[in-house]
Amino acid sequence: MINVDLTTIWAFIIAFAVFAYVVMDGFDLGIGILFPSFDPGRERDRAMNSIAPVWDGNETWLVLGGGGLFAAFPLAYAVILPATYPLIIAMLLGLVFRGVAFEYRWRDPSHRRLWDFAFTGGSVVAAMAQGMTLGALLQGIEVDGRAYAGSWFDWLTPYTLLTGLGTVAGYALLGATWLIWKLDGEGQAHARKLALRAGAITLVLMGAVSVYNVLLNAEYAERWLTAPEIYFAAPVPILTAIVAVSLLRAVTKERNSKPFWLALLLFFLGMAGLGVTIWPNVVPPDVTIWDAAAPERSQVFMLVGVAITMPLIIGYTAWAYWVFRGKVDDEGYH
Amino acid sequence: MFDGLDALMLARIQFAFTVSFHFFFPAFTIGLASYLAVLEGLWLKTGKQLYLDLFKYWVKIFAITFAMGVVSGIVMSYQFGTNWSVFSDLAGPVIGPLMAYEVLTAFFLEAGFLGVMLFGMNKVGKKLHFAATLMVAVGTFISAFWILSVNSWMQTPVGYEMGANGQFLPGDSWAAIVFNPSFPYRLVHTVLAAYLTTAFVVGGVGAWHLLKDRAKGGANLHARKMFSMAMWMAAIVAPIQIVAGDMHGLNTMEHQPQKVMAMEGHYNSYPDGAPLYVFGIPNDEEQRLDYAVGIPKLSSLILKHHWNAPIEGLDTVPDDEQPPVFLVFWAFRIMIAIGMAMMAVGVWSLFARWRGKLYDWPWLHRAALVMGPSGFLAVLCGWITTEVGRQPYVIYGLLRTEDAASPLAAPAVGASLLAFIVVYFTVFGAGVWYILHLMHKPPHTGELGAKRGDKGPIRTAGITPGPTQDPTDATTRDLSGTKHEPEEAP
Ligand code: HDD
Ligand code: HEM
Ligand code: HEM
Repeated sequence: MINVDLTTIWAFIIAFAVFAYVVMDGFDLGIGILFPSFDPGRERDRAMNSIAPVWDGNETWLVLGGGGLFAAFPLAYAVILPATYPLIIAMLLGLVFRGVAFEYRWRDPSHRRLWDFAFTGGSVVAAMAQGMTLGALLQGIEVDGRAYAGSWFDWLTPYTLLTGLGTVAGYALLGATWLIWKLDGEGQAHARKLALRAGAITLVLMGAVSVYNVLLNAEYAERWLTAPEIYFAAPVPILTAIVAVSLLRAVTKERNSKPFWLALLLFFLGMAGLGVTIWPNVVPPDVTIWDAAAPERSQVFMLVGVAITMPLIIGYTAWAYWVFRGKVDDEGYH
Repeated sequence: MFDGLDALMLARIQFAFTVSFHFFFPAFTIGLASYLAVLEGLWLKTGKQLYLDLFKYWVKIFAITFAMGVVSGIVMSYQFGTNWSVFSDLAGPVIGPLMAYEVLTAFFLEAGFLGVMLFGMNKVGKKLHFAATLMVAVGTFISAFWILSVNSWMQTPVGYEMGANGQFLPGDSWAAIVFNPSFPYRLVHTVLAAYLTTAFVVGGVGAWHLLKDRAKGGANLHARKMFSMAMWMAAIVAPIQIVAGDMHGLNTMEHQPQKVMAMEGHYNSYPDGAPLYVFGIPNDEEQRLDYAVGIPKLSSLILKHHWNAPIEGLDTVPDDEQPPVFLVFWAFRIMIAIGMAMMAVGVWSLFARWRGKLYDWPWLHRAALVMGPSGFLAVLCGWITTEVGRQPYVIYGLLRTEDAASPLAAPAVGASLLAFIVVYFTVFGAGVWYILHLMHKPPHTGELGAKRGDKGPIRTAGITPGPTQDPTDATTRDLSGTKHEPEEAP
């Protein structure tokens, strides 16, 4: 019984890490995605400077998500990564390009265009690959014994393409709302336009993915459309609609930070919907969190670590954001 | 391109390639982070502009190296799953938590304070900024602690139980797992290696500017300071490293005797005193060392502290349990040779210092310049010794490498390997180029630090630069606005 509780706790911890990753690296990948639409001079510099002090911390959540999965659900880690091999490799390479671009573009003004392109290309590839990995997971992974048993292109379907595009659009939305907050003047006006467009596309794709989900899989349909499950599930789409409308209004109505928080909320609801869809599996359709869980000793050992360090991590991360609060000024971060 | 190699071999090459690249960066950042903390500490204590200048000179290089370290490290943390999924499933319960601790206690710490360290000096004030630098330095050390614990457990696994499903499960004591028998030796040896690597890079850059300076008849105080600090490190740490390496080797002999046999090139047993081979071409087929040149009995003296002590060779080990000898034998020799050369430079510098000629002997500076990148080679060779010497096992004696791999097809791994090779060489090649470019510029009073847009659009956009940004201004200020007179020649 104890083990059951621990495993559930760990599922929530991993979900939290993934969520933290998605929203935090989401906005800086989003800025990468939107980068080409910014004027190559001062606007790009400011957009980049608005995330330069925090991107590394944001990306660390990805390492925690992956490392945490490895530690708490080793079987899931050992199945999902080979099943989505090309996607993971593409994501890693994308992250390589965009990560170094932060430094290189300042060190080499004569090739700045090239590194700006690497920044965008890497961000788009990473976002797309993450979304497609999510789709591949949701549509189900074939497992035999303790290993992946599907074929090499299972991850490539219309559904995964849709989730991939949805993720790109969603990150772009997060990035645009972040920039509304951090920029002023022309840059901010531009970010507003981008947020509207990205927001509309995100909502359409979110809707499409939800419908597809229900059509794709009888079990998912049952979860979402029959009683009593529907009482738990129904609030999610309803709240999503409310948040979506307020988000679009906040973007148009000269608000500063509100669009960003609402975009976070939107992602949170998406994540909750995801939880409803796959719970209690970690690798649908067959592997539950209990099948994949590490033994109790490993879980307890790590839980102690999380309990001690997580408040500290959240504390100093918040402090780092606080240090760089407010609008980006031109010499602000230097 | 990789015809004839199976998926397993490709996965091994890919892992070796990516981890070797990754390790180059931490080998430098672990040392450099500490060096930066020392420089900033000295600046706070003495108020001398010189230290602040050096800090800012190196922090730019640090920022680039760190970015490369982070992105190559993220690749590593996913490779366990992509390429070694069976290993991940089986060993996850034991090593997964250690790696999770690394993320929680080290990576977040580094990343959280890095932004403040690079860009926050005039936002948080000197003391807090120094604290941030310290946190980054401590973070790099904690990171080394955990990952080396993981690696050491794979070399000398203890404290586990076998689960019914074939998994390795943790036993009663995590301390036994974390502090496994080879861990203390590996931690000390690797951290010292990082310090030496950094010392020789800093020393090499200092020496280069001293040499250039001499041609112009100047006396760059910044270059002198760097060179002097680096040579102290070399003189003190290199001998310690040799002792630590020797102890590490003795420990390995106790726990992984096959590895030491391969390192020594001992295909045969020597009942009364084994020679130390300084040269030879290992021949695994015939199980002998071709063209061997050895010093009689010396190996017994080093390993067993007795001239005539008997030493067993690979003839006591079944063929399919032997590591490939060639790589291990030569990688080990190269590492030792570099260690000795490092110590020689250190001793030479002490002599020069004693004679008051530390900044005047061009041959010393040339030697230090040539040795500049040697730490990286030594570190790479050390890891090749360690990892190839562990073969054919991933978890020594328990799980064979061939049984640990993911169920992937060769074309998939071949394609990803090719992509890694192309991307790493171009992207990290560019990074190294930028670093060399920064090193090429002499350090001077009023360094700009990791500021963005030294020549970039931020200034050209017509924003008034802060007082420090004008290198022509003879009285410079530090970032907190305090005035400093230009440094006097000591
Ligand atoms: C600047 C780097 C450097 C230098 C000068 C040396 N080493 Fe080293 N060595 C390393 C950097 C390194 C390393 C990269 O840190 C390794 C790889 C894994 C490890 O534990 O440390 C290593 C491994 C390693 C091993 C393998 C242990 C094992 O895997 O079980 C031995 C026996 C030695 N070293 C011994 C020496 C000796 C006797 C040296 C002196 C002459 C020496 N090393 C110089
Ligand atoms: C401390 C963290 C490290 C861990 C956990 C680790 C683990 C592994 C694993 C799982 C493999 C694959 C199985 C195998 O082929 O043996 C491997 C191979 C290898 N690693 Fe490491 N490694 C670490 C650090 C390093 C570093 C820093 C280097 C080099 C700079 C290195 C060099 C190699 C090489 C050359 C191989 C290939 C050996 C062969 O296939 O013959 N390792 N290591
Ligand atoms: C296979 C083994 C390894 C894995 C999986 C791994 C993983 C990682 C990851 C994910 C990061 C990025 C952290 C961030 O986001 O900030 C990183 C950086 C780092 N790693 Fe590794 N690492 C390995 C080997 C090593 C070894 C052997 C050492 C040192 C002894 C080391 C020391 C560091 C340090 C100091 C950093 C900080 C960034 C830097 O300076 O490059 N790592 N590593």
